[in-house]
Amino acid sequence: MNTIRYIIQKEFKQIFRNKAMLPIIFVMPLIQLVILSNAATFEVKNIKFSYIDNDRTAFSRELIEKFKVSSYFDVINEFPSMKAANSAMLEGKVAVILEIPSHFERNLLRDKRTGLSVTIDAIDGAAAGVENVYINQIVLQFNQKARVKLMPFDNQGALPQNIDTIPAFWYNETLNYKTFMVPGILVMLVTMITLFLSGMNIVREKEIGTLEQINVTPIKKYQFIIGKLFPFLILGIVLLTVGLLIAKLLFNIPMVGSIGLLYAYTVVYILVILGIGLFISNFTDTQQQAMFIAWFFMVIFILMSGLFTPIESMPYWAQVVTEFNPIKYFVQVMRMVMLKGAGISDIYPQFFKTLAYALAMNGLAVLGYKKVT
Amino acid sequence: MKIENVIAVKDLTKRFGAFTAVDHISFEVGKGEIFGFLGANGAGKTTAMKMLIGISKPTSGEATVAGFDVRKHTEEVKKSIGYMSQGFSLYNDLTIQDNITFFGGIYGLKKTAIQEKSKLLIQDLGLEKMANKLLGALPLGWKQKVAFSVALLHNPKIIFLDEPTGGVDPITRRQFWEMIYREAHKGITVFVTTHYMDEAEYCDRVSIMVEGKIAALDTPKNLKEHYQVDSMNQVFLKLARNIE
Repeated sequence: MNTIRYIIQKEFKQIFRNKAMLPIIFVMPLIQLVILSNAATFEVKNIKFSYIDNDRTAFSRELIEKFKVSSYFDVINEFPSMKAANSAMLEGKVAVILEIPSHFERNLLRDKRTGLSVTIDAIDGAAAGVENVYINQIVLQFNQKARVKLMPFDNQGALPQNIDTIPAFWYNETLNYKTFMVPGILVMLVTMITLFLSGMNIVREKEIGTLEQINVTPIKKYQFIIGKLFPFLILGIVLLTVGLLIAKLLFNIPMVGSIGLLYAYTVVYILVILGIGLFISNFTDTQQQAMFIAWFFMVIFILMSGLFTPIESMPYWAQVVTEFNPIKYFVQVMRMVMLKGAGISDIYPQFFKTLAYALAMNGLAVLGYKKVT
Repeated sequence: MKIENVIAVKDLTKRFGAFTAVDHISFEVGKGEIFGFLGANGAGKTTAMKMLIGISKPTSGEATVAGFDVRKHTEEVKKSIGYMSQGFSLYNDLTIQDNITFFGGIYGLKKTAIQEKSKLLIQDLGLEKMANKLLGALPLGWKQKVAFSVALLHNPKIIFLDEPTGGVDPITRRQFWEMIYREAHKGITVFVTTHYMDEAEYCDRVSIMVEGKIAALDTPKNLKEHYQVDSMNQVFLKLARNIE
């Protein structure tokens, strides 16, 4: 027990004496949290909108006016022809072109039907989909008003009742994407720091030759590993705490569930990450190698975590792969506990999978660490 | 009186694939002896030493260190030995005091023992003013002296030194050997590899490894007589040249 204490003491001294590392550990992730939470948004805003009005009537102007007042669209330009508009889209100056045909008003009044042509820059398919929905909504609104205007006055009572759906958004009533993103980004940062630090730690001792000195001492493998892991577990917890404070104070993210439960899960989770880090450490010879391998896993873990893209929309094989992604579980637990107020029994599946993962990874790390070659 | 053997090696061999780094070496080292382990680069000195200190598994052969089999009782061996390596192996980003505390701690010394030992050690080396400075700030020769003292913290029976004076100035080298002599007088066995032939003259007995085998083993005096030369340097050159 004492031996472990001496290792922990030494690790902390080294961490706090390293003037370059300390800001990297604490300041960098928190800056990332603040920046990313504000920047990484799924909302599509400021859509670069342009139009070609071949009709130039009260109706066509009214339709364009609707886009002008919408907060989602920035009306960039009016083009005289489709050709000019297309070349502007090619240059990336506009994202949406609405072409109002000539006789738009006349056809609407006479035939009660007309067409509109919409061209959307779909290089970013997801954004294009959202833009399409917005455009449809505006056109639909315009349509309803137009219908009212076109109906003879006495017929208005016969207007079919519209069925309105009134959606209720649970757990995030205002659809604030930050409520959704901040817990996820916090997970990412805690993971990144603990994985990189633990991944490089033992390799570093290999590089400078002190590991050999440790290996000729009668220290036990488990003592060494625990002594090495513990400081990073504490660092991870501190990082989470500061992150949660920022989430509360800066972003006003609700904390519906139990903080104790969140921390209990986090401890188990960080053990998984530290186990992976040590595992990498054992099988690499330089910090550079360790860093690249850690990045390899980090990128896969983040992109397949459900943080940026929903897991449900991944192909089946990819969904199977995500079962081995610890970040996925942490993101789920964070969102469940913080936003839904989930209790211990609600997170049983995540909790036990993470626990099994932690045991497996640390078992492998202890087995993989060899004092004798 | 027969001197008690603290290291006994018989047919010790280490192979890396088809390459035999250490080829059936056998020798004994007595208590309190300063045993020089010489050889050109790549002759297999370090590999042999790593087997003796329990961080490399022998392919075949036997070795006991401080009475313990290096294969079966590796951890017991490690408790009985001190080791100081070629490269520098303390922490540059810790202070001298931190290094002493850490290594004392992982050898299982009590807190009071660590305090006493470090006070003594720092006094002996005359580093009172430097004790709370980072080790990295010391010149190499001083670092090596600290490393030597730290390797002795847990009162080992044998100390293994792998080229302890590489890159160190002649004056510090001499001081270093004075330290080695002091410890040998106290009954500690010293097993040392070196490339400096003047240092080989200081040893009680010297073995010279050539291509994984021990080509010669005797006192420096006998070796010089046997090869009819004036210095260990010439002995070494004669042996090493024979292989070409």
